Amino acid sequence: MTLLRKSRMVLLVLLLSVFFLSGCSTLPKPGPDTVPAIRQQADLVPEGTQLDVEVYDPIEGFNRGAYRFNYYFDKYLLLPVVSVYKFIMPDYAEDRVSNFVDNIFEFNNFTNNLLQLKFKETGVTLSRFVINTTVGVAGLWDPATHWGIHRQKEDFGQTLGHYGVGHGPYLVLPVFGPSNLRDTTGLVTDAVAFSVAGPPAWVDDDATTMVFTVVSGIDKRKRMPFRYYGSGSPFEYEQIRLLYTKNREMEIAK
Amino acid sequence: MRRCLTSIALCLLLGLPITVMAADKPYFYPYVNPLEATVMELPPYYHADIPDKVPTRTFKVYPFPEREIPKVFWYEDGLVCSLTYQKKEAPLIFIIAGTGARHNSPKMVNLQKALYQAGYHVVSITSPTHMNFIVNASSTMTPGNLREDAKDLYNVMQLAMAEVKDDINVSSYSLTGYSLGGIQSAFISMLDEEKKVFDFERVLLINPPVNLYTSVNILDEMLENIPGGVNNFDAWFDNVMKKLAEAEKAMGYFELNGDYIYKAYKRFPPREDFLAALVGVSFRTDSASMIFAADVMKGGGFITPTDVKMTNSTALTPYYVVANRTSFEDYFSEHFVPFFQKIDPSLTEEKMIKLLSLHSIEPYLKSALKIGLLHNEDDIILAPGEIGYLEQLFGSRAKIFPTGGHCGNMNHQDAVDFMVSFFAGQEG
Repeated sequence: MTLLRKSRMVLLVLLLSVFFLSGCSTLPKPGPDTVPAIRQQADLVPEGTQLDVEVYDPIEGFNRGAYRFNYYFDKYLLLPVVSVYKFIMPDYAEDRVSNFVDNIFEFNNFTNNLLQLKFKETGVTLSRFVINTTVGVAGLWDPATHWGIHRQKEDFGQTLGHYGVGHGPYLVLPVFGPSNLRDTTGLVTDAVAFSVAGPPAWVDDDATTMVFTVVSGIDKRKRMPFRYYGSGSPFEYEQIRLLYTKNREMEIAK
Repeated sequence: MRRCLTSIALCLLLGLPITVMAADKPYFYPYVNPLEATVMELPPYYHADIPDKVPTRTFKVYPFPEREIPKVFWYEDGLVCSLTYQKKEAPLIFIIAGTGARHNSPKMVNLQKALYQAGYHVVSITSPTHMNFIVNASSTMTPGNLREDAKDLYNVMQLAMAEVKDDINVSSYSLTGYSLGGIQSAFISMLDEEKKVFDFERVLLINPPVNLYTSVNILDEMLENIPGGVNNFDAWFDNVMKKLAEAEKAMGYFELNGDYIYKAYKRFPPREDFLAALVGVSFRTDSASMIFAADVMKGGGFITPTDVKMTNSTALTPYYVVANRTSFEDYFSEHFVPFFQKIDPSLTEEKMIKLLSLHSIEPYLKSALKIGLLHNEDDIILAPGEIGYLEQLFGSRAKIFPTGGHCGNMNHQDAVDFMVSFFAGQEG
């Protein structure tokens, strides 16, 4: 069910991209009395320099629209839901939920470590899952980390990167946020694998899966301190685009 | 020293072991290197004992309700301030953030907690160098002119009080600010002597520059620690990311918190030039935002063309690239001084530099006994000799710690103790 919805959404994103791409220029329009700036890029950066901040972003107009959409989506839906959740739940229970969610998603860490032939990390992930599911009472606690067995995060975007797939055009996904073509492909693949072969398939109960999807989404947002337009910089879009791209490069290289 | 002797005498009288009573435990700060003190987070062990959460709410003020805000700043709507409130009648302290910082930056939140615990209402105000202030609350839209910024801040403080006056009971007003907010506090205090709206009881300047121009240039020049300069930023940044990845690999995990950073720091002590570059990058990032906002709000001409339509989808990357390559010196001589010269043709750069300093209000600072100073001997924003000048200027009203860098120790127990006793009228 979730799988179907997610893939449909990606299709929608792609369609919208094409739509916006065709009709949206992102350069400012000069007026009749335009005087050029005193300080310009051409005078300050040697010609032909490719700057990292100039991330390949062919559908920037759409992306900025999606970024703006996410700001409103956060403000009027997601964050209010998160605050209700935080109000209802004692902090202690929230932490149990976070641990539970993380433990369930070890499935993706496992498959992607395996796909990258990182056998040690695959083993670590498996032992974390076993320890936390048993000693940690169905993953509500995380004794593994306490014992120095740290989480080995990998996703399919990283797996693709590991095998040399470039990041492709930058994408801002509605709701999900900063991404790129490679990582969006990864996101969808992980979601498919998770629902077809992962815990939802083991449980095989649509209602349970749906509750988990909703709660894990809220929990994920709750743990993310990021706020759209919270940086106080007019260049937040540029900064996030650069940091996202660099951070993913680092995660893939490790 | 006398207090120390008194407490020892007390111990002897009461027959207590001296170690337990010794209130004047010597100040200790874990970073001796001033750059480290400035950059690194203070390990939790030295943190002042302050509450986790204090009752705080945010609100907005609109100093220029008629102002049309350019579409590129579509998310800007009013200057956001915050109020930390006591239930009973209490004195109120305004706190002014440092360069580029908001009302809720980590340093501001720590101040709110410490002052709340000491029994004060707190109103927190974003720095006039922050985009939110420039767009919504700056009359000149050209931050850095201390006298103009003080007027804007004073105006915001009055609007803020109008906004919260029904919810709290205020017995008296005090004022503080750190870094740029520190020197601004001095100018606001002077303005208040004339206007008498608040009639501040006490004013504390925390790590202020003596001369704004000098200090800002010190910070700006730290960027030269990137080998090859700003145009080589990418290579430097890649190297930083690589180092982070190496640290992560060696430690087996990564977490973004003070404890992890301290552990990583102990294992891989960062080099001096790296720390300096980091300070420079952080400062330039803030100043890039400030310069862009100031330019666009006045119709462009400096780093953006004039008379262009920027919308909420406009690609700003070329301006970002330029803003990051615009030093404070460039802003000062090509934008800031020419702007104020239009208002006062007799103004020169030298004259302006002099005006932007504590020297320019020295007689007032000497006579105003309500003003105190909290500073560090090794503060990186001060030029040689300036700490001596401050000591001489404030005399017994100055508390100067030997270490702490630039605002690195604001959350240290000893610094917080001093602030609290200063506002209670027990120091200075």
